[in-house]
Amino acid sequence: MSKRIDVKDLNVYYSKFLAVEDVNINIEARSVTAFIGPSGCGKSTFLRTLNRMHEVIPGARVEGEVLLDGDNLYDADVDPVTVRSQIGMVFQRPNPFPTMSIRDNVLAGVKLNNKRISKSDADSLLEKSLQGANLWNEVKDRLARPGSGLSGGQQQRLCIARAIAVSPEVILMDEPCSALDPISTLAIEDLINELKSEYTVVIVTHNMQQAARVSDKTAFFNIAGTGKPGKLIEYGETATMFSKPAEKATEDYVSGRFG
Amino acid sequence: MSTNSLTSTGRAGDSGDKIFSGATLAAGGLILAVLFSVAVFLLIQALPTFSADPAEITGGEGFGSYILPIVIGTVIAATIALLIATPLGIGVALFISHYAPRRLAQVFGYVIDLLAAIPSVVYGAWGYAVLAPQLALAYAWLAENLGWIPIFEGPASQTGRTMLTAGIVLAVMVLPIITSLSREIFLQTPNLHEEAALAMGATRWEMIRMAVLPFARPGIVSAAMLGLGRALGETMAVALVLSGGALDASLIRSGNQTIAAEIALNFPEAFGLRLSELIAAGLVLFVITLAVNMIARWIISRHKEFSGAN
Repeated sequence: MSKRIDVKDLNVYYSKFLAVEDVNINIEARSVTAFIGPSGCGKSTFLRTLNRMHEVIPGARVEGEVLLDGDNLYDADVDPVTVRSQIGMVFQRPNPFPTMSIRDNVLAGVKLNNKRISKSDADSLLEKSLQGANLWNEVKDRLARPGSGLSGGQQQRLCIARAIAVSPEVILMDEPCSALDPISTLAIEDLINELKSEYTVVIVTHNMQQAARVSDKTAFFNIAGTGKPGKLIEYGETATMFSKPAEKATEDYVSGRFG
Repeated sequence: MSTNSLTSTGRAGDSGDKIFSGATLAAGGLILAVLFSVAVFLLIQALPTFSADPAEITGGEGFGSYILPIVIGTVIAATIALLIATPLGIGVALFISHYAPRRLAQVFGYVIDLLAAIPSVVYGAWGYAVLAPQLALAYAWLAENLGWIPIFEGPASQTGRTMLTAGIVLAVMVLPIITSLSREIFLQTPNLHEEAALAMGATRWEMIRMAVLPFARPGIVSAAMLGLGRALGETMAVALVLSGGALDASLIRSGNQTIAAEIALNFPEAFGLRLSELIAAGLVLFVITLAVNMIARWIISRHKEFSGAN
């Protein structure tokens, strides 16, 4: 489990509009990488190209390569379904399936493709995934209840449990805490720290303290102006990025002078 | 004396506000009044039938034996229509909302909506003149090869004007209702849940099963019930297509009748007790439709907890 991602010369377009320009980045396996930058700089768009979720938006396309342990996600005969089953995603707003119980939510991905799984295997996977998401103790007595009855923070951890239940190589998180209160945020951050022992984690965040707390490496994205493409300005060790960044723009952003 | 400045400056009593709330109240009241007066009319006019001597009722064995065959006929026709139209309507709606390219989907949507604009007498004429003769050939084959199943028992109708044909015509008529309602609901599926499914590596069909259909379930039930209401009450098409008669288990022989068609075919010459009988039949149809709607609501409410509304 857990693979590295290497991005080479990636451009992202919405129809004819160039949204993200020429990104080159190497993301280590079993590490947490944070993407920071002002709104509209393309960091979420770029994150979505790492598991081809941008293709949900009509007209969105990429040029360049994204290599998962050397295999290009964008080779002609690669099915996005395969890509997404290996690279999971957690979204900004918690999105458990409202018509499913907590149990069914966690097992939803495993039951895809009509895979058969025995009840005892399902039970142990359920417990392992919920343990992994630090949610087991809170929900173990109500696994048959609807997932939408949980609090926002619990719902988000349920979504993380759902993502790790399929044993992905990489977990992408798109501002996973922006809809949560500080206590729930802390719970998710603790969880991210534990997840990196088994998974490659990439997280987009608006919260620079969060990036500083959870990530090993940080990538700063910026945009020259409205209508201009977003670019990767600087990428490095998180400690360096927040203390002695090489670029002036990075320093201005992390010190709060703009954005 | 101090005046509360909050009471004197409020706009709660503005005349526009009052007029609007009055208008909505009147509109709501009007619906209830119309429904109530129809029910009262049916009841009063039908009363003589229930107190009449059973021997005087058509058939000579009382109202129960008169109405039961056509109640069953009505339910059979509507059931055939729903069995065909619901899966087909859901399929077409899914194609429009999630599979077809946008431009094709629009054209397709218009065509479906156009189907709803065709008057029922035209459907009846089409069923009578075009569909029935074609189906007669299929019925002959069915009777020969599957005749051991009671519903396909021969000898098949030569004209094809049977219960099954009527049900198929009804299916075409309710298809646009079910399709356009389902399509609207499918399009409202939260992006959030569709993306959740896709991000786990679901194929498009799996995404539809995980996110779209569960979300749309109450809406599909409502759409089917609206279609059922139309099928139960449809008069002209059935009157034209079906060569009616006594209750018959076989759907490919002449025979069977529905309440609405029975009323339409006999109403012009009916008077006295016969008229009352037909109105009583109308009352029964009214009750069936009401019961169907209540059952549908109950089905929907049973799953409220998992509906995502909380």
